[in-house]
Amino acid sequence: MTEVTPDKETRGGEPPPSAPPPASPPDNGWRKEYWSRNLRLMVILLAIWFIVSFGFGILLVEPLNNIVIAGFPLGFWFAQQGSIYVFVILIFVYAKLMDRLDNQFGVDEQEIQEAGK
Amino acid sequence: MSQIQTWTLVFIVGSFAVYLYIAWRSRVRETAGFYVAGQGIPTIANGAAVAADWMSAASFISMAGLIAFLGSDGTIYLMGWTGGYVLLALLIAPYLRKWGKFTVPEFVGDRYSETVRTIAAVAAIIISFTYVVGQMRGGGIVFSRFLGLDVTGGVIVAALIIGLYAVLGGMKGITWTQVAQYSVLIVAYLIPAIAVAQQMTGFPVPQVSFGQILAELDAISVEMGLNQYTEAFAARPQIDVFLVTMALMIGTAGLPHVIVRFYTTKSVRGARYSAFWALFFIALLYTTAPAVGAFTKLNLLRDVNGVAADALPRWIENWAATGLVTVSDGATTINTVSNNPTSGADLIVNNDILVLASPEIAGLPAPIVGLVAAGGMAAAMSTAAGLLLVISSSFSHDLYFRRVKRDSTDKQRLLVGRIAMGLAVLVSIYAGINPPAFVAQVVAFAFGLAASTFFPAIVLGIFWKRCNATGAAAGMLTGLVFTASYMIYTLPVFGTEANPHIFDISPEGIGTIGAIVNFAVAIVVSKLTAPPPDEIVEMVEGIRYPASRREVTAGT
Repeated sequence: MTEVTPDKETRGGEPPPSAPPPASPPDNGWRKEYWSRNLRLMVILLAIWFIVSFGFGILLVEPLNNIVIAGFPLGFWFAQQGSIYVFVILIFVYAKLMDRLDNQFGVDEQEIQEAGK
Repeated sequence: MSQIQTWTLVFIVGSFAVYLYIAWRSRVRETAGFYVAGQGIPTIANGAAVAADWMSAASFISMAGLIAFLGSDGTIYLMGWTGGYVLLALLIAPYLRKWGKFTVPEFVGDRYSETVRTIAAVAAIIISFTYVVGQMRGGGIVFSRFLGLDVTGGVIVAALIIGLYAVLGGMKGITWTQVAQYSVLIVAYLIPAIAVAQQMTGFPVPQVSFGQILAELDAISVEMGLNQYTEAFAARPQIDVFLVTMALMIGTAGLPHVIVRFYTTKSVRGARYSAFWALFFIALLYTTAPAVGAFTKLNLLRDVNGVAADALPRWIENWAATGLVTVSDGATTINTVSNNPTSGADLIVNNDILVLASPEIAGLPAPIVGLVAAGGMAAAMSTAAGLLLVISSSFSHDLYFRRVKRDSTDKQRLLVGRIAMGLAVLVSIYAGINPPAFVAQVVAFAFGLAASTFFPAIVLGIFWKRCNATGAAAGMLTGLVFTASYMIYTLPVFGTEANPHIFDISPEGIGTIGAIVNFAVAIVVSKLTAPPPDEIVEMVEGIRYPASRREVTAGT
């Protein structure tokens, strides 16, 4: 609250316009950016999650079953093997990319780990 | 026969000794301050513990058998019980780790209100209890076969052992015990699978080689009055496959005893990697299961197809003693096989025995049979212990302490918790003897309930700051009542009539609809009522960032 009051005075009672970077407290800019990048990554990975499992394994299983590889009808393979491999990879990719994101924004838990030692 | 019993005893007693030793050792260290959140359990070990905690008798004993009879539609269990980890890792685990409160009632209690905490505690008890019943049944099948009891006797023995174990060794800090249990169960699962794959295809990687037998399996299945194995939606309609898979996934992500495990990780980062390792370890079993199902079914059908009823292989006689395999009275030669007791087929085989019987069916040596039995017990025990702890902590902490007696001492709470645990064991013996369905299906109901109550409340709690206590409470209650009502409506349990499925939706799949109802009610009610207090909004904001920000060089 105390931080906002001087701002309002300089603008003479106008409603604050979509906050320009210098006006926002130093905190909030990176927070929004970090969170929206996290959400974007999440949505992309969940889209892959849905396409591989519900898409290939259930909704499109019948047409895909016409393709047979190494004895496996392809839809059947996605449903009983492929989707599980993809799930494992998705979580790994998420963990790795979030490491990088945390690092970029300086919110990784380095200090905590060092303090733990 | 007696050789198999000897080996079973050796492996079960041996593995029990190991678990108890580890439990005892980590308890000693615990008193020296070992058990504190964020202490040195490596992420990979925590992942293995999550995997053991979560992979139950349903995964180990029952699932491959269900897949063998469901064929392509067995997919619901395979994808449903693995895909949920993606949701858990991306949507829930890291944030709850940052929050620092790890039982589900604790989280929703802090985030929303005491009323929501109570609802969550009751739901956690119902869900965990349903799940425990499946474990008792699974353990009972192991004992009935290998101790020569009927299933009733087997369930009683298993329940007493599991109960004793949960009270003695099952207290907090059992991560290392569960790591040992994971090792036992995965070795017990993989060795026979690799041996059977080698024997049948000459290539020892079951995940790859079971493709070679699918064509033969399709042909012989049709010949013996079953559905073509790889044909999709032969056992369940497409919409139901979709809904059940979704219910199991979001149920996994909302299960109280799974979420609790992420408490032992060091950090938010550790929670993400724990989820990865957990699914990695789970996937080892889950990608093998469909191969086990296919190999065993082909072996079984080859063994009995056109064989005279008095010349059947030895394993059928062994298992007939448990009452889980029956040869129809009038049958002289076996021409049809089913898992459905009312189908009138010549040979009826219960789903739940296929994994345990697979080494016998394939003619593998007795030690392997014993190993599989020990693996089944490890799976049942590790999960049941975790569940009984959730029941006991929900009861003693979230209900008794929070609602009944605020000034109760630790000792009183512990006693209440133990009583709750004991009651749960007794009731689950009864329910395990008279199960409403197969092990994996019983467990699937627990997931449906978790999906329709916890998942929406947790996800909204993390991602939507505007969600308030009234909304969450209304959502959880409608989700729970809606889902449970449909299950009771469609299942012949509690002495009620079983009614036909509405729109082809099975009771296992209703959790998805329940979750949607929960989301919708929670959102609408939240919008209509006052927003949550500022300090809660601030707490929600806080869990989005793993650590407070340090200075970074410009140019991010």
